[in-house]
Amino acid sequence: METTIVNHKSKFLAIAEQTKSSLISALPLVVSEAQTALENLDIPTSRHEEWKYTRTTKLQNERFSIQKSSTASIDYRPFEALRLVFVNGVYNASLSDHEKIDGLSIRFDEEIKEQTLIGFDIASSSNFFEALQRATSTSALHIQAEKGAVIEKPIHIVHLIDAAQTLATPSIFVKVHQSASLEINESFISSDATASGLTIRQLWAQVDKNARLEYNKMQDENDLSYQMCLEDIQLADDAYSNFNTLTLNGGWVRNDLRIALNGKNIESNLSGFYLPRNKQLIDNHTKVDHRYPHCVSNELYKGILFDQSTGVFNGKVYVRKDAQKTNAYQNNANIIAGDQAVMNTKPELEIYADDVKCSHGTTTGQLDESAMWYLRSRGIGVDAARRLLTSAFINDVISKISNQQVAEFVIADLTEKNLLYV
Amino acid sequence: MLTIKNLQARVEEKEILKGLNFEVKPGEVHAIMGPNGSGKSTLASVLAGKEDYEITGGEIIFKEKNLLEMSPEVRAREGLFLAFQYPVEIPGVSNINFLKAALSEIRAYRGLPPLTAKEFLQLVNEKSKLVELDGQLTNRSLNEGFSGGEKKRNEIFQMAMLDPTLAILDETDSGLDIDALRIVANGVNAMRSPEKSFVVITHYQRLLDFIVPDFVHVLYKGKIVKSGTKELALELEERGYDWIKEEVEAQA
Repeated sequence: METTIVNHKSKFLAIAEQTKSSLISALPLVVSEAQTALENLDIPTSRHEEWKYTRTTKLQNERFSIQKSSTASIDYRPFEALRLVFVNGVYNASLSDHEKIDGLSIRFDEEIKEQTLIGFDIASSSNFFEALQRATSTSALHIQAEKGAVIEKPIHIVHLIDAAQTLATPSIFVKVHQSASLEINESFISSDATASGLTIRQLWAQVDKNARLEYNKMQDENDLSYQMCLEDIQLADDAYSNFNTLTLNGGWVRNDLRIALNGKNIESNLSGFYLPRNKQLIDNHTKVDHRYPHCVSNELYKGILFDQSTGVFNGKVYVRKDAQKTNAYQNNANIIAGDQAVMNTKPELEIYADDVKCSHGTTTGQLDESAMWYLRSRGIGVDAARRLLTSAFINDVISKISNQQVAEFVIADLTEKNLLYV
Repeated sequence: MLTIKNLQARVEEKEILKGLNFEVKPGEVHAIMGPNGSGKSTLASVLAGKEDYEITGGEIIFKEKNLLEMSPEVRAREGLFLAFQYPVEIPGVSNINFLKAALSEIRAYRGLPPLTAKEFLQLVNEKSKLVELDGQLTNRSLNEGFSGGEKKRNEIFQMAMLDPTLAILDETDSGLDIDALRIVANGVNAMRSPEKSFVVITHYQRLLDFIVPDFVHVLYKGKIVKSGTKELALELEERGYDWIKEEVEAQA
């Protein structure tokens, strides 16, 4: 037993070693540190509380490797945006747009200087996969909105996987300076049903005083894929962020979204939906950390679990001693639509301040039978009735997407997947 | 149009319909009355295909087809409509989208092309006027936050939109004030034609002043025990059901 674990780990260590020796890491500053961490950490198993319901066994049995980018063209522009493309985790400048926008700077890989990374906590890694991401980072992208710049044009980061057994570990840095405003959309897609692998994408974002960040993440990889999204968002006084995690498809998906409210009068919204089918697994771990007074956080995650799928939701909310007058809301609602589907949901609120308004709610139920009966009695077939009720259920998450074109794209995509009725 | 022979149905272990016979011809309006627990709402639900009921005997022929073999949605597409006693609230599904979905499935089943957006809206305008339903309500979530009267008018609005050949009204009048009752009745009367039939289930004779039935039946202990014309309803209103119960016991 011991040897198998070591063997699985050694596969990943070998990739890290190779990255280090060939000097191809996009995070050269932290490679050594991350590699040491990697050697000392174990691949998490269901014995770890944070991984209790999300098994890594299948993932460990795969043989991943870093792939050279191979796609010559990509025809994927679902909405108007400045497109930035990664192929197999490597930034592809020739497939990316180069339009100059006042107040916006975009840098990648060697263009990113050490000083631009000040303030981003890239050195520490709390688990094996984080250390693996830092030790192997296949590419880095740095997006910056200058002080006071209101960037009207949305950005669209596209991650395409077009080869089998790919390990893609891109890093994304976002800095929204004081009073600036930025919208980023991010899509994860596979070129076909067999191109897959393990993506570990790390996002570090700083939203400065009075700045705004809209973020829509659309996960739509194929059923064979493994995907982990690590996100650390830091918000300063009077900042606003709206982060939507829209999981359209994926074989094995783990999201770790951590938001630190590092100032007063911050509003932070985080929402998401997940609609796993077949044997898919979708895990959302969120952490909202209220550290200062007068902040608001709104969290809404909704899921419908079909077939034999598994869902995990773990929502931590910390309200520290100094975070008086905090308003923190969390809601997680689930519908079990498949006979063998399972949902594991766990809200965790830790409140150390005494003058706060916090609430959380979690529900897990079936599709409303009386609603089904009513719809069918009007001539609507079972399938369409289900889709109507699905649409109704996740509609309030879709309504959090402020960019209308993006919302319409999401609705159209789910409709095409036969999940919605519009 | 509709022939029910010796229908027996139960829910869980409880026999509710115990050999019910009933026939409706095109263009007729039948009222079904009866004391609480006699099986009136069960009959309505069984006709529309609610799966909670087990049919243990008998048959239902609707337009020369075996109704009991059809799913609820197919019954609706064949032209059967049930106005619910308690319409279901469905948050997030707009009244309009719901009707669009229902109408397009019904039309597809009947081999008709889908209505254009313009035709559909014209139909909505025309039919919502019929039941004096506020335009606001047609855009809101289905029945959510509707008053009792609005829900019942919405049932009749749906009926007008879907244009059934046999409509069953399950206590649509219960709890309505006189104005709402008049609106509901006008909606039904506007649809009456030699091809369309109605089965009106009610507790109260009052509705039958507005929707004048061709026949009145009394349902008691899962059977139709007495049939007559509209005068029977007046007699029931005056004398209650005890004399009917006594008649039935005497025969037993």
